[in-house]
Amino acid sequence: MQARVTVTLKAGVLDPQGKAIEGALRSLGIDGIGAIRQGKLFDVDLGAADPAKAQTVLTQACEQLLANTVIEDYRIELDGTHS
Amino acid sequence: MISAVVTFPGINRETDVARALTKGTGRRPTMVWHAETALPQGTDLVVLPGGFSYGDYLRCGAIAARAPIMDAVRAHAARGGLVLAICNGFQIACEAGLLPGVLVRNQNLRFLCHFQHVQVERTDTAFTRRFAAGEAVKFCVAHGEGNYTADTDTLERLEGDGRVAFRYCNAAGETGGQSNPNGSERNIAGIYSADLNVLGLMPHPENLIDPLVGGTDGLRLFEALAA
Repeated sequence: MQARVTVTLKAGVLDPQGKAIEGALRSLGIDGIGAIRQGKLFDVDLGAADPAKAQTVLTQACEQLLANTVIEDYRIELDGTHS
Repeated sequence: MISAVVTFPGINRETDVARALTKGTGRRPTMVWHAETALPQGTDLVVLPGGFSYGDYLRCGAIAARAPIMDAVRAHAARGGLVLAICNGFQIACEAGLLPGVLVRNQNLRFLCHFQHVQVERTDTAFTRRFAAGEAVKFCVAHGEGNYTADTDTLERLEGDGRVAFRYCNAAGETGGQSNPNGSERNIAGIYSADLNVLGLMPHPENLIDPLVGGTDGLRLFEALAA
C-alpha cells in the first residue's frame, strides 16, 4: 500500500520561506498569486498493510516524528483517499 | 559538578563546550554517544551541544530528539538534574519536549554568525548566578533557525512564571528593533523549564571563555554551574 503524508504550517505561523517565494514569483512577473505557504510531502510505502493498520501507523509516524504539532498540521492520504 | 556532553552525528560544538566546562567547573566532562541508553553514574549536568545533528534533516533537532539517550536525558531532567541545551541542543530539547515551543527559520532567512548581546532576566538559577540582573552579556550567535516561536498561551506562561532566561539586546542592554537578530517572539534568546533546571538558548556562551577571542562573559555561566 502507498500513502502520501502532507505536512503544512498551521494557520497563523509565520512562514519566512513562503514569503521569500512569493517575492521571487513577483520578481519573475508571475501575477495572480496571493500567498504561498511552504510544506513537506512524504511518499510512504507500507508494504502489505491493510488500510486501518496503515492509518494507525501513519498517525503514529506523524504525531511522533513527521510533524511538529506545535506549529504543523498533517494530512494522510491512502492510495488517493483522503482522511 | 559531574557533567556529560551528549554527541549526535553532525554535532560540531562538543569540544568547545567541553573546554568551557573544564575551564569553568574544573572538571572534564564525559562524552556520551547518542546511541547509549544511560548517563554516567552521578551525572549532575547534561549538555546538548550545538551543531547540525543529522544535517538538520526533517526539522532541526527532530531526529536527534528521538535518539536512544534522550529517554535517559528526560528522566534526568524529571529528577531535577541540570540540562544545558545550546543552539542545535536547544532545538533538540524543544523537539524532545524538554522545553516548550519551537525554533523556526530566521525571519530574514539568513544564517547569522556574529557577536550578540543578551539581557540576563534572573540571577537566581544554577546557570546565571554569576551575572547581574538586567546585565547585557556578550555571547555570540551562529544559526539559521533560531526564531523562537510558541503560541500566545505558552509565551504568557513563560513570562508569568519567570521562565525567560535571556533576551536579545544591543550592547547598551536595549531590546527590540535591530537588536533582535532572528525575529524571535518577545526577543527570547533562551528559556527555562518549569523547575528552572533545564536551560535552552540559541547563543553560544562556550565561545566567550577567553579574552583572546572576544571576552569571557560566557565563562561565567560555566563557573556558575560549579558554584
